[in-house]
Amino acid sequence: MIKLMENLLIGTFFLYLVSTVMFVVAVLGKRVRKGDEVEHTNRWGRLGIIFTMIGALIHVGFTVTRAVVGGYFPTSNMFEFISFFCLMMVISFIIIYFIYRTVALGALAMPVAVILLAYASVFPRDVQPLIPALQSYWLWIHVSVVALGQGALSIGFVAGLVYLIRKFGKERIGKHSLYLEIVLVFLVLVLGFALSATAFGAMGYQAEIQYTVNDSQQVQSYRMPPLVGPAGGQVVEMHNFLGMTKPLMEAPTWMEGKDAARKLNSVIWSIITGLLLYAIIRLLFRKRLHELVYPLVRSVDLETVDEIGYRAIAIGFPIFTLGGLIFGMIWAHEAWGRFWGWDPKEVWALITWLFYSAYLHLRLSRGWHGTKSAWMNVGGFVIIMINLIVVNLVFAGLHSYA
Amino acid sequence: MENTKCECGHNNPVGTVLCEYCGKPLREDKDQPLDMRYEGVARRSQTRKRTLVDRIWSFFSSVKVAVYLIVITLIASILGSLLPQERYIPSNRPEVFYAQEYGVWGDLYYKLGLSDMYSSWWYITLLALIGISLVVCSLDRVIPLYRALKNQQVTKNQSFIIRQRISHQLQIKEGEKEQVLKQLGEQLKKSRYQIRREGDSLLAEKGRISRWGPYILHVGLIVFLLGTLPRLIPGWNLEEFVWVREGQTRPIPNTPYYIKNERAEVELYKESEIVQKQKDAPPAVKEWRTEVVLLKKDDETEELKEIKRHVTRVNHPLKYEDLMIYQSGFQVDQVSALELVVLDKKTGKESETFLVDLFEPEKEYVLDGGLTVHLLNYFPNFKLEGKQPTTQSERPNNPAFVFEVKSPDKPEGEKMWVIAGTKLDIEENKYEINLKWMHLTNESGLLIRTERGLWVILLGGIISMIGLVMGFYWNHRRVWVRWMEGKLLIGAHTNKNWFGLRRELEQAAKRANIPLAQSSEGVKP
Ligand code: HEM
Repeated sequence: MIKLMENLLIGTFFLYLVSTVMFVVAVLGKRVRKGDEVEHTNRWGRLGIIFTMIGALIHVGFTVTRAVVGGYFPTSNMFEFISFFCLMMVISFIIIYFIYRTVALGALAMPVAVILLAYASVFPRDVQPLIPALQSYWLWIHVSVVALGQGALSIGFVAGLVYLIRKFGKERIGKHSLYLEIVLVFLVLVLGFALSATAFGAMGYQAEIQYTVNDSQQVQSYRMPPLVGPAGGQVVEMHNFLGMTKPLMEAPTWMEGKDAARKLNSVIWSIITGLLLYAIIRLLFRKRLHELVYPLVRSVDLETVDEIGYRAIAIGFPIFTLGGLIFGMIWAHEAWGRFWGWDPKEVWALITWLFYSAYLHLRLSRGWHGTKSAWMNVGGFVIIMINLIVVNLVFAGLHSYA
Repeated sequence: MENTKCECGHNNPVGTVLCEYCGKPLREDKDQPLDMRYEGVARRSQTRKRTLVDRIWSFFSSVKVAVYLIVITLIASILGSLLPQERYIPSNRPEVFYAQEYGVWGDLYYKLGLSDMYSSWWYITLLALIGISLVVCSLDRVIPLYRALKNQQVTKNQSFIIRQRISHQLQIKEGEKEQVLKQLGEQLKKSRYQIRREGDSLLAEKGRISRWGPYILHVGLIVFLLGTLPRLIPGWNLEEFVWVREGQTRPIPNTPYYIKNERAEVELYKESEIVQKQKDAPPAVKEWRTEVVLLKKDDETEELKEIKRHVTRVNHPLKYEDLMIYQSGFQVDQVSALELVVLDKKTGKESETFLVDLFEPEKEYVLDGGLTVHLLNYFPNFKLEGKQPTTQSERPNNPAFVFEVKSPDKPEGEKMWVIAGTKLDIEENKYEINLKWMHLTNESGLLIRTERGLWVILLGGIISMIGLVMGFYWNHRRVWVRWMEGKLLIGAHTNKNWFGLRRELEQAAKRANIPLAQSSEGVKP
């Protein structure tokens, strides 16, 4: 059963990758073959969405198997939640695709899904027993609705990206193209992190470093070579990596959070591999990222993607309100005796909600459609990611379950 | 003063953008698509600007102001989440905690009041301002909007139709017009539009409820905010936390109730329940549970009467009327009593054991052989301050006793210390006191809550959701058709989702055999 579960995950990953390729071929093919352009786009676009749907089905299969193995709805740790969030984003994409049939959206949405799933797989994937606070049917009601809402909001982000690349992708320099490049580089960094973690994982890399906090001995274990060790650490065990037998430097002492040194180490690794990846791309294609992806979106109609971006938010906002705020409050009342406690996770759900309501109000006035809206869609996704990653890993709170 | 009388003869209030009757634009900024917000009707905030009340009204009715309020609240909320709030810190002295833990920035954070920001007056004021703004802006718009949508005319001014964002003009001969209008009406009806016909004009409309969505949502939010107010009413909101040891009964402060902990247990996951074991993983807790009994003091007999029994677990609180009791904290194996003996150092003879309860120790213990042990002093959480023994708290974390042992051959008594179970040996003493056994019990932290405003909050949530669904999952679509002097004019408007409206209109026209040119802003795949 566990084997089946793992195979389904790999299958999902593979199919999302295949559908990415199909969508890319669908939009790029126009340049390759003249003549029956529309025909070509339609055919490959159809293949793309079919593979996406099969991928989503296998992803559902994975989620169900995991639920059966673990005996609970699998959204209880970082790996499970990000994987589920990725599934919800893909489902939102499928829905939006059938409304607007924009193939170019798929050429960007599916790579984002691939990166998310790769990122999810970096976290411990073991089925862990459920802590008491999560033993409730609200786990799946609350979390699955939140994830669906956030999935739809993320498609708004993808549409925003498409809009911005379509509009500014050809500009080599300029404010917008610079910011756009930064956003894209960030995606590459996440990918780089997933790649390096997977590579070291496959090599079975391990290191353990002992250190003291508040007079108690702790051991920090690493799965990637520790460039940064905990302050005042002593190597217990460390595989050789390029002749490195102890950390190159120590984490600053003010970083006291749980596993701070390991997290800092991961960040540094993702920057190194991400930038390396970025350098390779730049050397290979002699183009900035936004110029590189521009051909994918060159034929989309700006006004339509603007509407898609808004539509995704219009679909996601009520769902997020229901799952994130209302169901969240009901569960918090059941579990902790208060419906709202200003816990960091709750605060960031409120921030997300306030942000999108500002977006919706701004769109009521002229001058906020188009570029500004698209940037706000990007900003909203950043907030969602902060809530997902930073709040779980950095801020300690009742909700941190990673 | 603007001229607000339309050429159709209708007198419009000042501030009107589109004639209330025929829709003719009253302000001339040609070529742009029409501004269809609020149907172009005048609102109070625009029409009256004289008194202070008017000014305040128009301030709060502005969406711009609303966005500022929302954004300020958002930024403040981010600031408040950067460091843990006071309620979550493991210390009851925030003034030192923040400086100690986070340095200069932590100290600044505390001094700026960000460490307890969400209950600060200015944060609450922000929420209140949003509330006021919600009330004012909704009233300002919903009434005129309601009147405008209710009294819609079918026949619209020519420029109203052709300056819609979606518009078409076709040459249709007089003889064909009847057929065309009828066909188009029928086809739109198939797409679930409501059709009204008047002379050579047609109005097709659907999804009007979408327009009420935002207002219902705003009402829901107002109800929600009101729902948080009852917490201020005395007696409507109760929040007490008590630690209760197994076997102990404690009063719940500010209520006539008592709570008894009959048994408190931790259950760990069994090996067989863990699917994928990790090496050296600490045992995982499956459940904390407390068998509790809720009791109430009888007014006359002063006796405690049992009211309800329940096994509280996380996610499964005890509920009784307005009272909810939550499993909220747990201390495993707390030392609750010491079993001691008196030893005669010379003969090596031990007395019988005596049990000292760390929470309610006796003053005197009478033992066999004429021995008595007096408790002279007790420090539950012992600490030496200089040379002065004191206690840091009432919790017996480091219990220290001063005993005096008297026996028939030592009637004057001997003093001795027992700290955390170990004696301080005093050379010349005949007796010493030794620890035999420690009694351990589990202690359960119970949170007792009453929140009477909760149903209002829930109601607010439900209303908000209804509003959101109405507003976002329906669209208000309208199509105006008018035949004039050999031309068929078609104009269409929606409050959102233009793509869908365009497609719907084009398909209906196609089915009605009306050759609509692909719209100017035509959509490609
Ligand atoms: C945090 C509080 C608020 C939330 C969550 C909220 C939410 C919304 C939403 C979702 C819409 C629909 C937008 C759309 O159809 O695209 C809306 C519309 C609107 N909101 Fe708010 N709102 C809030 C506060 C306010 C405030 C304080 C005002 C006061 C000026 C306001 C004024 C409006 C107006 C005028 C509309 C347009 C209504 C229409 O289309 O007929 N909102 N609001």
